[in-house]
Amino acid sequence: MNVLIPTQLRSYTGGRSCVAASGNTLAEVLACLDSDYPGIRFRMIDEQDRIREHIRIFVSGDTAERIDIPLTESDEVHIVGALSGG
Amino acid sequence: MQYLLAGTRKGAWIYTSDASRGKWKVDGPHYLGSIVNHLVLDPRDQRTMVMALRAGHLVPTILTSTDFGKTWQESPKPPAFPKADDPEMGRSVSHTFWLSPGHESEPGVWWAGTSPPALFRSEDGGVTWDAVKGWNEHPRYHDWCPNAPTPDGELLAQISICTDDPKHMYLCTSSGGVFETTDQCATWAPLNKGVEVTFGPELYPEFGQDAHQIAVHPKDSNRIYQQNHCGIYRIDRPGDTWVRIGNNMPEAVGDIGFSVVVDPRNTDKAWVWPMDGSDVWPRTSPGGKPAAYMTDDGGETWQRQDKGFPREQAWYTVKRQAFVGDGLDPMGLYIGTTGGEVWASSNAGESWNQIAVHLPEIYSLNAVTVD
Repeated sequence: MNVLIPTQLRSYTGGRSCVAASGNTLAEVLACLDSDYPGIRFRMIDEQDRIREHIRIFVSGDTAERIDIPLTESDEVHIVGALSGG
Repeated sequence: MQYLLAGTRKGAWIYTSDASRGKWKVDGPHYLGSIVNHLVLDPRDQRTMVMALRAGHLVPTILTSTDFGKTWQESPKPPAFPKADDPEMGRSVSHTFWLSPGHESEPGVWWAGTSPPALFRSEDGGVTWDAVKGWNEHPRYHDWCPNAPTPDGELLAQISICTDDPKHMYLCTSSGGVFETTDQCATWAPLNKGVEVTFGPELYPEFGQDAHQIAVHPKDSNRIYQQNHCGIYRIDRPGDTWVRIGNNMPEAVGDIGFSVVVDPRNTDKAWVWPMDGSDVWPRTSPGGKPAAYMTDDGGETWQRQDKGFPREQAWYTVKRQAFVGDGLDPMGLYIGTTGGEVWASSNAGESWNQIAVHLPEIYSLNAVTVD
């Protein structure tokens, strides 16, 4: 499935705004993503498997509150990161 | 070659000079736009740089370089707490605030202090990090670190290792004070007797102080200076009571500040950088007149050192990691300001020159000689 990457994480994906990943849950997709782009998961998910405060993850338009939710191959994962501040 | 590393609110810069420390070349920015809380060059191997970085609202990352910043490697295992049985209750590292190379006898060992105030150790030059259970899971941890709502989060703000004993360490926290271990983190005890807390219900609590910075003297680990939220102190171990040597500062200047630097050759010589800690705590140079203050008698007297600085209307602050010495003779001193200026003295503070300007707010400096 497609995973949309915010600008502040594209240093991991070689500048690509959309990458492919697979998995039956959001956790598996993020693990797949981290396998391809080491370190990217920890910048979104903390050591307690919580989505970090300034990250939002949308699965086919719906906000994901947890990472253990099931996904299907037709889903699209959209990662958004806050860039507020001066 | 002299190295001066600057961590700022929006990236890192690396300055180099020859032994004269007169002219400096700049290299940077590194990681423009990212918050660099601390950037430190290992004085033992004179090669490894470790950087504590976070990108705006994103998360803590440790980066290392062994080619003086030409390339950086992200830590595959940065400081992080173990996963809790109940994830909702588990702690998460907000950011790494302080980095310390380990003892001379332990090459490759590094220590990191974070927010929330936790201790992490690396044994491979800062590449991978493990939580230090002796502190992070201490039975009294939640008493000593009460989750106080301090700016930028409650901090483990500093780690100091005695030169004569790698197992003898001190750490500072922003809401507990100074803590000591003599068995390299297996056991800990507060060391705050005599240090005032003017912002709490008890004037001299066992813990609850805000230890901004300590300087364990490298020549004699029994001599320790402290710049506390509530004054400048000194202790001579094995004594257990701090003495407020800041009472000897000029009353109009006061003894509030973030940093303390010592002369590695003289246990009686130290510098502080006072700031305005009156009423609402402006945290500016007192009266808008920047100056270091130096003692060469263990804090009995203090001498103002302001030659070269603006005479008035200079309102910057120097944060706790942004006043450092290079240990050379004569001692080089460096300050980084919240206004993005770096000032240097190559004569132990007698005179100062501005060596960088227009940087972002400076969070840290680190001065190291590379042979």
